[in-house]
Parts: sequence; structure tokens; C-alpha cells
Amino acid sequence: MVMTSAAELAAGATEEILDGLATAERGVVVDSPPGAGKSTLVVAAASRLAGAGEPVMVIAQTNEQVDDLSSRLAADCPELRIGRLSASDYVPSPRIARHPNVTVTTSAADLAGCPVVTGTAHKWALVREASWPWAIVDEAYQMRSDLLLRVAGRFGRALFVGDPGQLDPFSVVQTDRWTGLTWDPMQSAVAVLLRHNPDVAVRRLPVSWRLPEPAAELVSEAFYPFTGFRSGSRAEQRRMTFTAASFGQNACDLSLETAARTGWALHELPARHTVRTDEGAVAACAALTARLLQRGPVIYSERAEAGAPVTADRIAVGTAHRDQAQAIRARLRAGGLAGVTVDTANSLQGREFDVVIVLHPLSGRRDATAFHLEAGRLCVLTSRHRHACIVVARAGIPELLDAHPSAEPVHLNVPVKFPDGWEANQSVMARLQPWKVRAP
Amino acid sequence: MTGTEAWLARLRGRALPVRHNARTIAALAGNPGCARRAVLDAAGADKHRLAAYTGFPAPFGLSRFAITRGNAFEAQVKASGAAELLRILREHLSLPIPEASYDDLSEVGGNASPELRHARTRGLLARAVTHPAEAGTMFDHPLLTLRVGGRAAYLEPDLIAFQLGGQFRVIEVKSFPVVDGRADGDKVAAAAIQSAVYVLALRDALAEQGIPPEAVSHETILICPENFSNRPVAASLDVRKQLTVLRRQLSRLARIEDLLAQLPPGLTFDLDPDDAGVPRRRPAELAEALRQVEARYAPECLNTCEMCLFCRDEARGGTAALGREVRDDLGGVEHVATALRLARGTSVPERGSELAEAADLLRTAARLRADALGEAV
Amino acid sequence: MSTLTALARALAAERGAAQRCCAVRHVHVSERPLVFIPLALAGEAGAPLAAMIGDRPQDARLLTVPEPRDRDQRFAFAAEFADIVLEHIGRYLTREETVNAREPRVRFADAPQLLLPNPAGVTFTRLLGRSTRFRRIEGPYAVPENVPLLGRWLTFFAERAEVPPSSLTLPMTQALAMHWATGQSALEDLNLGALLGWIDPPPGLTGAQAAARAEDPVRCPPAGPATDPTFDNEVLEPRLLAVRTARATGGGRAGQRAKDALADALASQLAPIWTLMWRAVELLRALPPGAHVSSRWHADKDAFTWHAGQIRDGGPPQPRRDSAVSAARRLAGLEKTQAEYAAQRAFDDPLVMAEYRMTGEAFAGTVTAAEPDRVDVTGRRKVLRPRVTVETGDAVLAAPGVVLTSPTRPSQQARVVSVAPAGDRTAVLLELRGGMGRALTPEPGSVPEPGEAVCYATFGNGFQRLPDFPAPEDTPWTHGGPPQPYVPSDDDARETWS
Repeated sequence: MVMTSAAELAAGATEEILDGLATAERGVVVDSPPGAGKSTLVVAAASRLAGAGEPVMVIAQTNEQVDDLSSRLAADCPELRIGRLSASDYVPSPRIARHPNVTVTTSAADLAGCPVVTGTAHKWALVREASWPWAIVDEAYQMRSDLLLRVAGRFGRALFVGDPGQLDPFSVVQTDRWTGLTWDPMQSAVAVLLRHNPDVAVRRLPVSWRLPEPAAELVSEAFYPFTGFRSGSRAEQRRMTFTAASFGQNACDLSLETAARTGWALHELPARHTVRTDEGAVAACAALTARLLQRGPVIYSERAEAGAPVTADRIAVGTAHRDQAQAIRARLRAGGLAGVTVDTANSLQGREFDVVIVLHPLSGRRDATAFHLEAGRLCVLTSRHRHACIVVARAGIPELLDAHPSAEPVHLNVPVKFPDGWEANQSVMARLQPWKVRAP
Repeated sequence: MTGTEAWLARLRGRALPVRHNARTIAALAGNPGCARRAVLDAAGADKHRLAAYTGFPAPFGLSRFAITRGNAFEAQVKASGAAELLRILREHLSLPIPEASYDDLSEVGGNASPELRHARTRGLLARAVTHPAEAGTMFDHPLLTLRVGGRAAYLEPDLIAFQLGGQFRVIEVKSFPVVDGRADGDKVAAAAIQSAVYVLALRDALAEQGIPPEAVSHETILICPENFSNRPVAASLDVRKQLTVLRRQLSRLARIEDLLAQLPPGLTFDLDPDDAGVPRRRPAELAEALRQVEARYAPECLNTCEMCLFCRDEARGGTAALGREVRDDLGGVEHVATALRLARGTSVPERGSELAEAADLLRTAARLRADALGEAV
Repeated sequence: MSTLTALARALAAERGAAQRCCAVRHVHVSERPLVFIPLALAGEAGAPLAAMIGDRPQDARLLTVPEPRDRDQRFAFAAEFADIVLEHIGRYLTREETVNAREPRVRFADAPQLLLPNPAGVTFTRLLGRSTRFRRIEGPYAVPENVPLLGRWLTFFAERAEVPPSSLTLPMTQALAMHWATGQSALEDLNLGALLGWIDPPPGLTGAQAAARAEDPVRCPPAGPATDPTFDNEVLEPRLLAVRTARATGGGRAGQRAKDALADALASQLAPIWTLMWRAVELLRALPPGAHVSSRWHADKDAFTWHAGQIRDGGPPQPRRDSAVSAARRLAGLEKTQAEYAAQRAFDDPLVMAEYRMTGEAFAGTVTAAEPDRVDVTGRRKVLRPRVTVETGDAVLAAPGVVLTSPTRPSQQARVVSVAPAGDRTAVLLELRGGMGRALTPEPGSVPEPGEAVCYATFGNGFQRLPDFPAPEDTPWTHGGPPQPYVPSDDDARETWS
């Protein structure tokens, strides 16, 4: 068997997707694992469709995503006129403003001559008339289907791109009134689309360019059990070293070194049942961050073969709850550290860093709830990094999982979703055991 | 008898072990962290009897109307060689079913011993795989077994396993209604995990003949009355998750020695019946024996476990009795009295101790409540 | 749900009586609500066995179905029930009021209110509505005339129960548990007798003792719709059998006696709950209403008016399931009203606001400095932008730039300028806008003064517009295209009851 290189695999899959657009009756769905080059695909597809004379509307979920896609497309295709549809209070970011081929406007009517128009879903939902033959929907698994309902009248065919493993859309409303309905407004846009259009092809991007090999293995097995993906880099291509030596056998240094060496570390605090803003866990996350910066880490990768320093803006701390993020931020501030991103999984979705420290959602808990077990949450937290990820958790999670009662209601006519949160959590904890460092 | 089996027999006492059925096996997943339940289930103790004897009878009961209704619906579905069932399977699930043959396995030439019925079931099912043309399509009252905690449980599903395209599908008939495509989520969940029990048992039966597990589909069929009529309607249930949960729980039960090792030697739940069968053991003593095994009471137990009132009484004064979320919201503090002392500031834990953060939380809550009500907590 | 409610439960457990978790009442209680206590036959889908209905404690009507499986008798029950319900609703269709809005409109001056014992009672109502609203009043499966109309109204009530701010339909366990925390779990609070045992124990008993008594089905029958299985097996079954036997052997006096015996048995299960329901109504009435209760009741009146109009205009019955557009529209509506409802409850009730103070989404403190006449000259015009500094001991999550609202000055916006520690407390500098009149000097009292106690929350500002949705006939292909138009079919009418 010939071993295809990751690049060949990815290129092949991308070409197949782009070629398939012309003959797709209604559209194509592309499942994109973390860091698989989703934005690259969106940009390539927009350019391909526009080049074939098919006007395209590009729908993203946030202004930042829209600007990201618009600036990349503008840079790749300087002769392409791109319209950036926006709300009246939108201020064009510098990376948009510097492209002469991008026109920012609040009215779709102004963009008649633009082969590609980009905008957020919420802005597109306000456009009443006009239609496009093609739309590209980015982060389609994170978009709720009721929002899709409001924009789908504008296009005839669509390319939906998104990550099925990350957080599902949610609502503060709790009801099962629409459970089982094929057009359940609380389901994701892709889920509803596919239930009504089962002939729409579902393709995959097979390679993650972000995750190093040990991360791709763990994340793929736990969160993408039936489809899987591989790392785009070989283990030896990604390295992390420290310019400052360790202070001996303390747990922080051990965890950092384990993570640098293997890509993962499980920084385990003594078992205890704690409140959500567990002081010990918060302190550990802050301490690891501080120590990491102190040791002057340098990363080597395909993009930086000569090495590049890991600065504060390339480090993130991820939590399940806002108050936990708040507490860690306060700790870091008190220690005079600035520039490190500390946020919840919801806010970290779509972002990338060199090193990530994760406060495990189940740490210190006596019981697991559906929220804490949600696979998407842990998937986001463990798939943001290019080099190393340190999971901070109190001991006792396997026992917690073992004792967890399964008493969830089951609804008819609802396709079963994989991975199961419990299974995913189990898989992650099992895989992290070899890289456990016991902290006092 | 192995050491473990002997141990469990001693715990159970002279009473006969309770026979497991799909419902009780499914209930194993209800509260895996409860050692008391695990030990009682493993030993085959009659929880109903024990609960009643200690003065805390289980608050469950079954109305004869419900039973009658259930039987009537099942009989209707299976009438005339399950003609009605065939019709809906064809219609609703678009399954191409040739003229079906129907095998009622409840009687085996007048002799209905479990072993014989189970043997006949195994034989017929295996033949269905190897000789699909001649084999029966539907099997009523097959008798299956499953090893639960070391003992064989005979499972007599009221289901019909039928073969389609080389695959068996478990069918569960239930009498709760499906109205406009929706049914009670808890009842469907119970039906799903019971179906999964049968899938496991069926796979085991076929495995003994060297037939791979894929021969039994993980998609089972649920038959319920439609809307407000007696007309049956079929729905598919994907029970993969339930299968994983069950396998996990059954293997957990098999590791019961770890729990048993922590129990005081000589512990027994025997009722010490005299020659006439009247129990002589003092209820208070039995209660004390039960308390030697730690329980993990939560209000959810009130809907699922026969020991619930006994354990609830024991749990009084604890925050767990108020609910898992409530306990969590109280910072995880175990006792109501402790939580209130911390809230009032009459108990001040050491900095860094386990209760310190809970104390901060509770004191803030107390201050805010007093502020809003104008009276101290 | 939160530490404060949990603390209230702990206190209740210690003190042996339920503790208030709300300072005011957040539901509307009608002067003459319609109390409905249904009993269903075990094993059947919403099959009525008996019911007790009335809008005054002394006016209980008992309805029974002597042969619960007999189709004609079920519809006879439904017809009799319909008469009572429709007569009650009819009283509200006579008086109207004008609504002063930008476009004045007319609505009914008051609306009916349906009270059930528990959420299962609401589910029963929904099922009964579903099983009756599609029936036909002529043809081979005709039902009495009032029955489909009853179905539509019951469905209306059941659907209003799904809208949190609505008080049109109240399951009493829910209404009570919203205002009182017991020393037992939320699951046990679903038992109306036990819940009332904690809130209003008989003299000499603790809450726990009263609740334990209420859990004994002999002392206190379950509030339904499910009946006690022992009652079913030992009392109900023989009496139903007696009715059937008497009927088979010719009826007459024996038949009547058997029916009376059955009615007595059913009344014995319903009467105690009837008493509990009215006690619950009294307890709720005794609480002072929150400031926004009446405006939410106005919304309920609007909904009632709209539905009455639908019926009058001869529209079709409510569809079985929502279409794609109506589902999305409903979700948007629920999200909007849920957010508004939460904010209103917090603004009306210091105990509810306390929950938000706990999480940092609101804070309360004292004004330590104020610049009421501060004017901002940086823009094109001079605008009045007073500033106040508030010192608080609460956690403050709001960052500079966030806009806050105060319950006492709801039309005023307070933008956070800075948050800084002040000893072991926090000082928040706010810039105020609006709610001060038109001039460049504020109206008296519109700006908080030093020494004043104030509270600010991150929610409650801004009126959210409901998003637009395509018309149903424009449902896009992603959602299955336009739905099939509703055509009443024979199936609806024909559905045989088992």
C-alpha cells in the first residue's frame, strides 16, 4: 500500500469537493475537523464558483469570521470584486480596509456587480429580495437551523462547511416541543438540511494542519469515532523547547516538560469535591501559565523551521464556565501577566494557539451533568493547540464517570448523535493517563 | 460455587434469588454509584421484601387496568400469526417482507422447561441464519439468557425477533401511545434499554453458534398504539448507546468482589424464617445490616428503586436528599446543618480546607438573602 | 438552580417549614379561576375517568365516565365538560377594553384562567384537546357539537402553559414551588399534598411530617391524573365491574346504585385535592403581586382575544405539529419573552435580584459621588450625561462599556465607565443617559444622589425586535419546502378510541 502524504490526501479531497460543486444538485456538506483548512476551502470554493460565472454569497456567523474570509479572498484574488455586507454600526477592520477590491456596504442592492458578497448570517437574514445561485455557509454545524430558515430563501445551491465535533447551537429555552421534527429549530443547520435533502453529499477534509500527531490521534478517536482524521505534520516536525531550565522536580515544570515532549500532559491535583471556581485548580492553571512564560518556550514547526518564541498571545487557557475564566484572569492579572487569552469553550471555538491549558469540565465535580459531559465542549478545549495541551484536573474523574447514571429521555425520530459525551470523556481520560503528573 | 457466589448467597440468606428480567437488568444503569443497590442486585435479594420488612415499603404499584391494557394490545398485535404486525412493518418501515412464517416458541411439545425452550430457541435462530429460505421469519416468545452477576437470567421477552435480510431485529410491544409522532421520553428510554437487553441476549445466543453479533441489528422496533386508537404504529430505535451502557454495567456487576471485600464479614440480609416461613429477624437488625453497605441516595431513586424510602429516611439531614443540583449549589457540603453553620459564619473553616470555598459561597448567599428580606438567615 | 434557592431549602429543612424564595407573587391569580382536576384510567392515553371542575370552592362539579372504554360515554363526558368550560369562557367574551397603544385596539377586559394540580394535568389537558379538536360534528363518526370547540380551547390553554410568563394556565405545584422552597427535593414538590404540607402544615405538625402524611395515598389521594394503583385494584375495579354487570342485566335501580357507588369512590379521590387546590389559590392570593404581573396578564388577555377571534372567524383547529416557519417563529418568541420575564422578575423582586447579585450580573450598593449636571460637549450637540459612583460589596462582572439598568429608573441607561477596587469593596463609575427629561439639567429625582441605595443589572435594557421569518409558502428547500395545506381528513374524525 502506498502511503499518501497528508498534503496529497488533503489536496485530493479538496479537489474532489471543488469539482463536485458543478454537478451537485442542491449542494455539498463538508465536515471539517479542527484546523483542517476550512477557511482555505471556503476561499477556494468562492473563487472557483465566481470564476465559473456563478455569483456567490458567503455566509459566516460572526463579523470576525466574515472579515477573515473576506481579507483572505481579497488577497488571493486581487482582481475579484468582493462585497462586504454589514450592519450600519460596523467599522471596517484594517485588514478589510486595505483591500481596494473589497466594498463595504449596508445594502445588498449596492453590490450588484460583485461576484462574491460576504456577510454574517444575521445580516443576510435582513435581505429580503435578490437571490444567488450559490451560497457558502461557514461554521454550518454551529449555526442554528432557524437562522438558516431566514437566509435559505436567498440561494439555490449551497456548500455547507463546519465541524460536527464542536459545540452544538443551543437556546436558553428548554422545551421538547419540536424534538423529532425534521425541521426542529433548535437543531443545527446541517442536521436539518440533511434530513430534508438526504441526497446531499457529505464529504470530509481528512487532515488537520493544526493538531500535532499525538493530538490528532486523541481528538480523532474520542470525537470523530466513525470518520476520523490525521495530522498534517509528522511528530518530528513539531517540537517545543525551553530557554530557561526547570527548578527541579516540581509538578508545574514536570507537566510543562511532558507536554513539550509528548504533546499532552495531565496535571492532576488531589481528589476533592469543590465549588466551580476551585481555588486549587484556578491557581494551578495560573501557575502553569506563568511558569510557561517564564521558561521562554520556543516552538519549531513546518511554518517556523528556525524556531519561534511562544509569546503570551499564543497561549490560551480554556474553561467550561465564565466564572472560572474570570477567576483565572484575575489571578494572572494579580501576578502581572497580560496578553494570555482566558476564555470559555464557547468563545474559543474557531481559534488557534501554540499552547493551551485546559481546566477539565468535570474537575472537582461530584456528579456529571449533560452540560459538563457534552463532547463538543471538551473537543473545542482540546483541539485549539498547535504544539502542546496541558489538562488540569482533580483526580477522581474516572470514578465519576463510572458512577454516572444514564437516565436521559429518548425521543422518537431523532437520529442518534455520536460521539456520546460519556464515551468521549472516557476516551480522553484513558488516553491522557500515560502523561499524568501528580501535583500536590 | 465460587467464593464470590458463596459470599452473595450468604448475603442473600435463605431466600431464593430474585429472577432478573429485562426491566431489572435495565435498571442496573440507574444508579451505578450506589453500592447498596449493586450488592443487593448482585446477591439477588428481594428488595421489595426487604424494604417492606424494615417498615419502608416501596411506593410503587401496578394498576390492573394498565396490565390489562398492555396485554390486550400485545394480543391484538400478535393475533392471527401477527398479521397486523406484518402489515405495519411493511408499511411504516418500508420493509419488503415476504410471506412470513410464524413460530411460537412458548410451548415445546407440551414441555415448557426453560432449558428446553432456550435450547429450541437457540436452534431455531441458528437455523434461520444458516438456512434463510426455510427458516421462520417471526419468533414469538423466544427464551434467551444473559449472565448477570454470575447467574444466568432467563429473559422471556414479549417480543418477536424477526429476520430481515439476514439480520434479526428485536421487537418490543408497549402500550403507551405515540401521539403525532411523539411519545413520553422516559417511557421510550425504558423501552430502548430493555430492547438493548434483548439484543445483547440474542447476540449471546447466536455467538454460541459462532454467528457474529452483526447478525442482530442495533436498530430495534418499538410497537405502540397510535394516537388515541388501538391501531399499532412502528418506530425504529437505535440502541447502540444503550448497548454500551449495558455492557459497562454488566461488567461492573461482575466486579462485585471489590465491593464485597469492604463489607463486614458475616453480613447477611437473611430474614431468618421459622419452619412456617415467618421471619424472625428483628427489623431494626435488618436495617442495621443494610446500613453497613453505603447507599448513594438521590431523589431520582424515588421513581426507580424499591429501597428508596428506606434510603431517603437514612439520608434525612443530608443535602443529597434535597437533590443533586441543590447539593452542588450549596458548595457540595454534605449536611444541611453544616451548610447553615457555614452560611451563618458560626463555623469558620481553615483557609485552604475543603470547606473554605463553600463557606465563602454560602456566606455571600446568606448576606444577600438577609439583605433582600431584611431579616438574618 | 442557584445557591440562594438551595440555601432557602436548607433553611426550610432546618426550620420544618417552607421558606419564601420570592418576595412578591409573579403569577396572576384570577378572581374566579377555573379549577380542573382530571383523573385518567391507567394504561390509556388521556382517557378521562373522572374530573372535578368549578370556579368557586363551593361549586364543585363532578363528572364521571362509568364505562371509560366506551366511546359514546367518553364523548358524553367531553360534551358535559365542554358545556361547563365554554360557559365559563363565555363570560369573558362580553366585556371589552381599549388598549392605548400607537394603534389603539380592542381586547377582552379579562381572560379565563385554568388551574391544574400539576404538570401532568397540563399534559392530560393537551391530550384531551388533541383527541377532540379534530372531530367532526356530522357524518358517520359525529360527536356532540361542543366537543371540537372544547378541544380547541383545551389545546389553547395547554399551549399557553408552555410560555413561561403566561398565567392563563397554571399547574399549581409549579406556581407554588416558584414562591416557596421546601425542605424536600424538587421531585417531591411535584406532589401537591406534600408541597402544601411544607408550605402550610396543619397545627402541631412539621413540614416534613405533613408531607409524609400527604404521601400516604390512603390519607391523601394522588392529585392525578394518575390514580393510586391500590385504589384502582381494590375499589375502582370492582365498582366498574358492578356498573358493567348491572348494565348487562338490564340496568334500572341496580344500575343507578352501581353508578352512584362509582361516583362516590371517584369523589373520594377528587374532593381532598379540590380542597388543596383552593388552599393553594388562597396562599398565592395572599402574596403581594409583583409590579409586572399586570402587564403580563395584559399579554395573556391579548392571546385570549386573538384565539377567540380565530374561532369566531372559522379558522382550522391548531395543527398537530408546528411547521418549519411556525416552529422557528415560536422559538424566537419564547426566547424574547423568557429574557423579558427573567428581567422583570428580578426588577420586581429583591430576592430574585439577589440571585443575579450572586453571579455578578447585578450589583447593589450606595452612591458615594454624583455629578448630576455633567454635560458632554464632545459631540455635535451638548448632551446631558451625569456621572455617579456606586460603591458595592457585591461581585461586579460588568466591564467598562457595558450598559446597565436600574429597577427604580428603568428607562435610564447607565454605561460603565470604570470599575476599581475601593478597599475591600468595588467602586463603579457610571455615566447616565435618558430618563431625565429633555433639558440640559436633570429633572429632580432622576439622578441618584449620594447616600442613595441603588441596584444595577446587566439585563433589562433594550426592547428586542422579533426577527422576520419567510411566509410559510416560502419555506426554503433546506427545510423541506412549503408545507402541505391542511385538509381535514376522515382519519381525524374516525380515530377510534380503544
